[in-house]
Amino acid sequence: MFAFIISRILQALPVMLVVSFISFAMFAYVGDPVSIMLGQDFTEAQRTELVASLGLDKPFFVQFLTFLGNAVQGEFGLSYRLSRPVAELIGERAPATLELALCAAFIAMAVGVPMGVYTGLYRNSWLSRFFLTFSLIGVSLPTFLIGILLILTFAVWLGWLPSFGRGDVRPLGFWATGFTTWSGVKALILPAVTLGLFQLTLIMRLVRAEMLEVMRTDYIKFARARGLSNRAINFGHALKNTLVPVITIAGLQLGAIIAFAIVTETVFQWPGMGLLFIQSVGAADIPVMAAYLMLIALVFVVINLIVDLLYYAVDPRLRTRR
Amino acid sequence: MSLLELRNLRVEFPTRRGTLVALDDVSFSIAPGEVLGVVGESGAGKSMTGAAIIGLLEPPGRIAGGQILLEGRRIDNLRYDDMRRIRGKQIGAIFQDPLTTLNPLYTVGRQLVETITTHLPLNPAQARARAIEWLERVGIPAAAQRIDSYPHEFSGGMRQRVVIALALCAEPKLIVADEPTTALDVSIQAQVIALLKGLARDQGTAMMLVTHDMGVIAETADRVAVMYAGRIAEIGPVREVVKQARHPYSAGLMASIPPMDRRVDKLAAIEGSMPRLSAIPQGCAYNPRCPRVFSRCMVERPDLIPAGPTDAACWLYAPGAPA
Repeated sequence: MFAFIISRILQALPVMLVVSFISFAMFAYVGDPVSIMLGQDFTEAQRTELVASLGLDKPFFVQFLTFLGNAVQGEFGLSYRLSRPVAELIGERAPATLELALCAAFIAMAVGVPMGVYTGLYRNSWLSRFFLTFSLIGVSLPTFLIGILLILTFAVWLGWLPSFGRGDVRPLGFWATGFTTWSGVKALILPAVTLGLFQLTLIMRLVRAEMLEVMRTDYIKFARARGLSNRAINFGHALKNTLVPVITIAGLQLGAIIAFAIVTETVFQWPGMGLLFIQSVGAADIPVMAAYLMLIALVFVVINLIVDLLYYAVDPRLRTRR
Repeated sequence: MSLLELRNLRVEFPTRRGTLVALDDVSFSIAPGEVLGVVGESGAGKSMTGAAIIGLLEPPGRIAGGQILLEGRRIDNLRYDDMRRIRGKQIGAIFQDPLTTLNPLYTVGRQLVETITTHLPLNPAQARARAIEWLERVGIPAAAQRIDSYPHEFSGGMRQRVVIALALCAEPKLIVADEPTTALDVSIQAQVIALLKGLARDQGTAMMLVTHDMGVIAETADRVAVMYAGRIAEIGPVREVVKQARHPYSAGLMASIPPMDRRVDKLAAIEGSMPRLSAIPQGCAYNPRCPRVFSRCMVERPDLIPAGPTDAACWLYAPGAPA
C-alpha cells in the first residue's frame, strides 16, 4: 500500500513538470504584461527597467528554471497586475472556490446518487420519467444560462437569495469561511446549485445505468433467491457494485468543478480563484495564471490518487492482484 | 402430504407478437426428502419451472394459471415480501455458474452471515459460528480462516461449495438446483453432486435437480421428469425412465447417451430440433420428430396418462393406439 502511494507520487512528478512547462511556455508568448503595466505613456528607459526587474530579459529556459525553483518553494512571484505575492492572492481566493466546489459536489452526490438508484430500480415509474427528463435539462443547458435563470427566479422575482458575492465571511484560522454566517450560507446556495446541477444529472444517469446493469447480474438474482430484504439487496449488494465507476467519474468531476468554476464564479461574481484567473487573463498576469494552472494540475493529481486508493477500499479483487 | 406440488402450472411471456406459453399444464409433486430430476433440451422449460417455484420469473414472464403449493399452502400468489421469507428459509436455490452467483465485493462469511441472520433468530456471533460450521460441512478446508476470504480467492468448485452452503444454511426443506454442475470441470462435477446429495440426505432436504446430464440424474434422483417444449413428456421412477422409457422422446434421450461398454461409430441423436415456443405444432409437440407418430398425435395434444410404472404424455398408451 505504502509502496503504491510512493510510486503514484513519483509518477505524478513528471506530470507536474510537464504542466508547469506548458503553462509557463504558453503564457510567455501570450500577451505582453509590460505594455499593460506601463499604460499609455512611458519612456524606453522605464520599459527596460521594468523588463529587467521582472526578469523578462533573461533567456526563456533561465526564466523557466527560476520559475520552477521558486514554485517548488511555494513562491510564485508577484502578480503583475496587483503587485502582490501570487501565493497570497491564491491563498485568499482558494477558500471561496473550495467551499463552492465542495458544496456543489456534495449536492451532486447527495441528490444524484439516490435519484440514480431510484430511477435504476423503478425505471418505469412516473417519477423516474420525470427525473430523466429533468436530467436532460441539466445535461444540455449551459452553466451560465442555468445561473442566470436561477438569479432571475430566486434573486430577482422571489428576492429570497442574493444574486452575487459571498455574503459575510468570518475567518476561521487562515480560512475565510462563509459557512458560519447566515448571509454567507444564503449566498452560497445559488452558485453551488448552478455548479452542481450538471454533475448531479451526470451522476444520476451514471448510477442509473450501472444499477440497471448490476440488477441483471446472477449475484443479485441469487441474493433474491436467498431471501434477503430488498433494502439489503438494493443498497448493500447492488449499490456497492456500482461504486467503482461512480467514484471514477465523481473524482474527475470534482477536479472539473474546482478547475472550471470560472463560469459560475463570473456569473455570480464569486470571489474565488476562477474569477481571479479570468481577471488575470485580461491583464496577461503570467505569474497568477501559471500558478493557477499548476494548482489545478496538482488538484487533479491528488484527486486521482485518492480515487485509486478508494478503488482498493471498494474492490477486494484489486487488493490481492498485486 | 407432498412437500411441493405443482398443479397445471402455466407460465406466459407476453410479447409484442402475441403471448408465448413457456410452461403449459405442468403438474408434479415432490415428497419430503425426495430428489426429483428434471431433464430436457435447452429451452424445454426446466429452469423456468425452477424460477416459477422460487417466485423469481424474469419479467415479463408471469404465472398465468395453475397453482404451486408448499406443504399444502399456495405460494404462487403471495406478495413479494411474503415470498421473500420463504426463499432461502423454505426453498433454497443453487444456480449454474458459481463464478457469477457470489457478490464479488463481500467475503463469503458476510454473505453466509447475512443469509443466516435474515432467516434464523441468531445473533451475528452465533451466525458466524454457524457459517464456519457450514463451510466445514461443504468441505472447505480451514474454514475458520477461509470465511473471511472473498469469492475470487476460491476456485470454481470451491465457490460452488460456498453456494451450496448459502442455499442450505437456513435449512430449507426444498432445494431447487438449476444445473449445479454444468459450469464446473468434469473432475469436480462428481464431487459436488455427491456433496449435494449427501447433505440433502442428512438434512432430509428434498431437491429438484435440473440438469442436462443423464448420468447425474441416474445417480442422484429418485424420480425423473422429462420436459419437452414447456410440458412434461414423462415422469416416473428414475430406474424405469432410464432403463425403459415409455415416451418416444425420453427413449430417444436415453438412446443418445453413448454406451460405455462398446465402441460405436456414430452417436445416436434425435432428428430435428425442439420447436420454438412461437411455433408449437398442433397435437403433440413432439410429432414432427417422433418415430412412432400416428394420426391422433397430429390432432390432439396428449396429457400425462399411466404407462406402466411411469406416466407419459403419449397417445401410444391410450386405448386404441396402434400396437
